[in-house]
Amino acid sequence: MAILSKEEAQVILKKVIGYSTADECMVSLRGSEAGNIRYARNAVSTAGESSTMELAVSSVFGKKVGTASINEFDDESLKKVVQRAEELAKLAPENPEYMPVLGPQTYGESPTYVESTAAIDPLKRAEMVGQSLAVSKAANLEAAGFLNNSKGFRSIMNSKGLFAYNKNTNVSFSVTIRNREGTGSGYVSNSFNDVNKLNTGALSKIAAEKAQKSAGARAIEPGKYTVILEPLAVSDMVEWISRGFDARSAEEGRSYMSKKGGGTRLGEQLFDEKISIYTDPTHPELPTATWNMEGLPLKKTTWVENGVVKNLEYSRYWAAQKGVEPLPLGSGGGRGFGGGGGIIIPGGTASLEEMISTTDRGILVTRFWYIRSVDPQTLLLTGLTRDGTFYIENGQIQFPIKNFRFNESPVIMLNNVEELGKTVRSGSILVPPMKIRDFTFTSLSDAI
Amino acid sequence: MKRKDFLYYSALGMGSLVLPKSSLFARPIDPLEALQERIDAATKKELADAALNAAKSGGATYADVRIGRYLNQYVFTREKRVQGVANTESYGVGIRVIVDGCWGFAASHVVTKDEIAKTAALAVAVAKANAKIQGEPVQLAPQQGYGEVSWKAPIEINAFEVPIKEKVDLLLQVNDIALQNGANFVNSMIAAINEQKYFASTDGSYIDQDIHRIYPNFTVTKVDRESGKFQTRNALSSPMGMGYEYLNARPEDKVGGVVTRYKGRYDILEDVKLASLNVAEKIKAKSVEPGKYDVVLDPSHLWLTIHESVGHSTELDRVLGYEANYAGTSFLTLDKWKSGNFNFGNEKVNIVADKTQVGSLGAVGYDDEGVKCKKWDLIRKGILVNYQAIRDQVHILGEKESQGCCYSQGWDDVQFQRMANVSLLPGEEKLSVDDMIKDVEKGIYIIGNGSFSIDQQRYNFQFGGQLFYEISQGKIVGMLNDVAYQSNTQEFWNSCAAICDASDYRLGGAFNDGKGQPSQSNAVSHGSATTRFTGVNVINTARNI
Repeated sequence: MAILSKEEAQVILKKVIGYSTADECMVSLRGSEAGNIRYARNAVSTAGESSTMELAVSSVFGKKVGTASINEFDDESLKKVVQRAEELAKLAPENPEYMPVLGPQTYGESPTYVESTAAIDPLKRAEMVGQSLAVSKAANLEAAGFLNNSKGFRSIMNSKGLFAYNKNTNVSFSVTIRNREGTGSGYVSNSFNDVNKLNTGALSKIAAEKAQKSAGARAIEPGKYTVILEPLAVSDMVEWISRGFDARSAEEGRSYMSKKGGGTRLGEQLFDEKISIYTDPTHPELPTATWNMEGLPLKKTTWVENGVVKNLEYSRYWAAQKGVEPLPLGSGGGRGFGGGGGIIIPGGTASLEEMISTTDRGILVTRFWYIRSVDPQTLLLTGLTRDGTFYIENGQIQFPIKNFRFNESPVIMLNNVEELGKTVRSGSILVPPMKIRDFTFTSLSDAI
Repeated sequence: MKRKDFLYYSALGMGSLVLPKSSLFARPIDPLEALQERIDAATKKELADAALNAAKSGGATYADVRIGRYLNQYVFTREKRVQGVANTESYGVGIRVIVDGCWGFAASHVVTKDEIAKTAALAVAVAKANAKIQGEPVQLAPQQGYGEVSWKAPIEINAFEVPIKEKVDLLLQVNDIALQNGANFVNSMIAAINEQKYFASTDGSYIDQDIHRIYPNFTVTKVDRESGKFQTRNALSSPMGMGYEYLNARPEDKVGGVVTRYKGRYDILEDVKLASLNVAEKIKAKSVEPGKYDVVLDPSHLWLTIHESVGHSTELDRVLGYEANYAGTSFLTLDKWKSGNFNFGNEKVNIVADKTQVGSLGAVGYDDEGVKCKKWDLIRKGILVNYQAIRDQVHILGEKESQGCCYSQGWDDVQFQRMANVSLLPGEEKLSVDDMIKDVEKGIYIIGNGSFSIDQQRYNFQFGGQLFYEISQGKIVGMLNDVAYQSNTQEFWNSCAAICDASDYRLGGAFNDGKGQPSQSNAVSHGSATTRFTGVNVINTARNI
């Protein structure tokens, strides 16, 4: 019952709108089914399943809004939830930032739902985890990992006739493989809408190889280095830049997009000209819903072109204040630009190996960890390398090195771009591996 | 509370409000109705027995069931506007079983005998599927059944019974004070949590618990448009395991000094005024010269350093590798504990784990696998003497019973090892903060927690703060900016030069310590008195973009 079709959702939503006596009414319905296996020390540690479905009604009188929700779907319950929302709205004070609901919109199609992913059951999960465990056991290594699959739907309808529906599937997998001595560690992580794109065994082999090759790391001095960041490390850093794109914060003078003397950096060359950033909900490798929870259509949007800031995000309220068109960040739920995911950075054609072969002296970084903001004004971040850090000289990996702590801003990093590799999916983002000069490492860590 | 008041305020901004994740199935509620909806223990026992019987008949050698109602209330404001008021309730049942030596878990929001039996069967099926790829069977420490028992947090005022209007008025007053005292922006909030948890297991325990937490907070922002700079200062409050009485400040709870800090109660109106003045000073403060300094760390800051470097490193599941793929492992490997002489810190350093401390976030009567809570030493005179563990791990330490560290954030998440309150004991000799500062030639006094990051084995860390004061020749000489310190856990705790006495002991803490996959939040407190560390590496974090 938790996953309704477009037609089934429409029937419930229409019924709810029919019960409304408010000036405006907006209804959202969502449901999901999910399951997971967590494993460590080469054995399952926890596993579980859950499912849910929920309906929320927002009723509006003037600029007064009331919201109520329910997880029962008989007629009496549906009537009750509408009455409750209206009762709340009548008693609410005016919301000065309330924007009237939108009329019907046209949305693009996006391939977010894949049958084979929706069909995953506990046995399939156990089989996929089994393939990962087989790799670590065969190599006499230890694996700790997590496999999570979900299917879900979201649908909205309002009293002006707007209707939107999306269903999606997702499967995410990550594994850390370490050697028995605890001197080497490797990691892989990815997520897909389509389970057929996920090969837990092949990914686990990459983690196992990193665990073996990273053993016996040597210490080198912290400082500024040319780095080659694998796609995972790139996504760890660039996810943070979306925080500055909110026009309101920028105009209020409290983000890295704020300009000295007032105003924003819209139109400025803020990054290296090799950097362009866009979002596209219909991209086949990173499909998301084509509408946000207010019902605004999401379209392909260029945020940065050849290093120049081309757009900032405007909520409907802030856009009305500023006399511009609203420009949403994304569909929410971490997949939109606003949640850090959904970013697409076009790359070049070089493979990681080719990028290494043209590097005189540098460091290869598998991933970063425990990244926290140090200064929101410059977007300075700190964090550490983890699970495979290697020294490169004369175009070749020479030896594994101990992990570093870095203090670096992705804004500065995206100004120091030497080369971009081929763009791939990394979690909820599409980015290329990057060669960056003068990346700032500030201390050594003994962690493995 | 008058129902009308609730209805009036509960509607504010709900449509656009993004709620912190409390539980997968959390839904907005009327807190008055929720308070009336308490289910009596006899009904819960009947439902619990249905779960345990279904699990046993499915082949479970052990089963526990948690029937939980989790109430959350959040009030958010910004300047003169209420951004949102949200009341959520999450009610349901989670069932955990061991079948064929393997764990299985399933949960449902439908709390009826039939659904509970189905959910128990699903948990059994999950365990059986996973038993095929299981390694060693689960070894569960024995646990006596307590029969029917209960525990209630010793609160004075239930935050859910305080009218929302009162909270809204207080926060708008906070914002008004900030704006009047020169802040450009201010956000403020009050969060309240009530966990009504019923636990039963095949060991014969039926445990009913009522847990309360509260967290008031604000951020004031000062913008200097000419220079394009901005600075913020957060509240010096702490989330607490208390009721609304936390916001009724008493004179004896105030700690004087360069800025007022708070013990068991908090004066939010006083703090926001000071914060507005602080942030104006902060925006003009000089940038720190990097180098080695003595750092004098206030408990409002030190709690987070304790949390990251001691709390997490002494979690046994991390030591064993269960968190290797997410939160990380620990440098405190079992050989270091077995040696009996691993000097985690110098002999001034005594650190305890305590699930019983009144007013702390971690205090409960029993943990989420039916173990009565207790207090124990982790670091004694600088030596690592113990870890934090749960029933399926404690045999590794040669212990006969669990230390009671099992917790789940909701009925729909499986319980696992979570951090107890981990606290630094105060110095035994009389020492005030003023006297401590008199001994410092070149130092920085840090108040409030800021940026934080530590590696996955808990060696290398970096911390910022809210307020930084330069100490020169035994005196505070002014405010500093762009400060962060980096150190290594063992070096840091061996550089502990002095700890103030018990009169300066205060709790700090976190509402949302993350761990596990899927990630779960845990609330935990950390106590300390002001402590001085020598020769710590301070970096300058200013950059130009």
